[in-house]
Amino acid sequence: MPTFFERRQVVTLGDLLAEGDYIAGENAFLEGNKIYATRTGLVEYDNKKVNVVALKAFYVPRIGDLVIGTIVEIGFNGWTVDINAPYPALLRASEVLSRPFRPQQDDLPQLLDIGDLIVAKIVAYDRAHDPQLKVDEPGLGKITRGQILKITPTKIPRVIGRKGSMISMIKQETNCHIILGLNGIILITGKSVEDEQLAAAAIRKIDEESHLAGLTDRITQMLKKEKQKMEENER
Amino acid sequence: MTDKPEKLIDKKGLRLDGRKPDELRPIKIEVGVISNADGSAYIEQGKNKVLAGIYGPREVHPKHLALPDRMVLKCRYHMAPFSVQERKSPAPSRREIELSKVIRESLEPAIFVEYYPRTMVDIFVEVLQADGGTRCASITAAALALADAGIPMRDIVVACAAGKAGDTIVLDLMDEEDKYGTADVPVALMPNLNAVTLLQMDGILSYDEFESAVNLAIEGCKKIYAMQKEAIRSKYASAKEEGEE
Repeated sequence: MPTFFERRQVVTLGDLLAEGDYIAGENAFLEGNKIYATRTGLVEYDNKKVNVVALKAFYVPRIGDLVIGTIVEIGFNGWTVDINAPYPALLRASEVLSRPFRPQQDDLPQLLDIGDLIVAKIVAYDRAHDPQLKVDEPGLGKITRGQILKITPTKIPRVIGRKGSMISMIKQETNCHIILGLNGIILITGKSVEDEQLAAAAIRKIDEESHLAGLTDRITQMLKKEKQKMEENER
Repeated sequence: MTDKPEKLIDKKGLRLDGRKPDELRPIKIEVGVISNADGSAYIEQGKNKVLAGIYGPREVHPKHLALPDRMVLKCRYHMAPFSVQERKSPAPSRREIELSKVIRESLEPAIFVEYYPRTMVDIFVEVLQADGGTRCASITAAALALADAGIPMRDIVVACAAGKAGDTIVLDLMDEEDKYGTADVPVALMPNLNAVTLLQMDGILSYDEFESAVNLAIEGCKKIYAMQKEAIRSKYASAKEEGEE
């Protein structure tokens, strides 16, 4: 029962990953007794399970995910939200009002207009139905300030790092508040535009170099260097 | 226009451009060339220049075309007006509409269409310069663009033609061999699964000739397949990563 790659090695679509008594996990499929990759990414052999952590993929909604989306359409009793997924998400007016929606009195565009950005959570989704959102928890709702950044959705775990090490380091170094939408959209709010841009540059670097070794150290170095430059400019 | 050459194969057994019968044209492949598309690829195969771009998966428009149990594929094969010697009208011709269908159907078996119901993927193939065998180059490029877009597939589809020029079975026909040769057999393949997704024949071949043409085309496909893989790999240059995360 051989495996054909080392752990965390880059594999391309169609590569033979393992042969014999294995289970095809994420981004892998079983044909006969052979397991092939269905996306380009990094292999993980987890006991009998073979996974590929994709380097590029689109976002597929999951119940409970925190996402950041844009209002694209106003309907009769709610909004359609673009959450960077193959499916549009629906947000009901009653969710925003936290009481039944009264069409005569409530003005939807006043609450959320087309182009507004929201932080939301997915409450329902399956093959046959488009995802439904909710915004009635603390931290969710309309975004009023900050910068938006878009990266490959599969790299969000990489931005978080092991037990949140990467994200807490960036937050600390840049003094920014960062919300990671699992759909690959990131909200950065800081005290100054420069801080926000620095955090954005660091996250963009993670997106580009996520498959290379020693990432946390390189990001730390980069942030320290940029901060020094900023201080020198101030003088 | 080039006139009909006297002989497609010379006394030494070499072809018009000096290739051996079982030799491919020089191939250059690049992945991720268009930043506006979700996935893209560019291929140069001899004098052929083909660009492919992918959008999606996304919502289906118009909505009634959506299927409740599977993804819809849309494909547009188009030749630029300057891609051939006589200006080609940019309006889609009968041939282009047919090739769009052929390309779509040769890629569809590779994609896990049932994973993402009610969605659509758009495939755009633009031939910038044509020199015979553009359908194969288009399939090769479009499959790479799909892989680049992160659309899960069973294997990368690869295509290559073989045919008969003069009295010889030759691989990867170019324009003159296609026009003045006896037969053309394009084959598309998923090499890992050993599954053929496209097989056409245009011209006249005996059973034995047909069989050797298909086998030759499959050999050619496998060579191009290795180049496709290399093109994807070179986009993510470095190999290994430390166990962080």
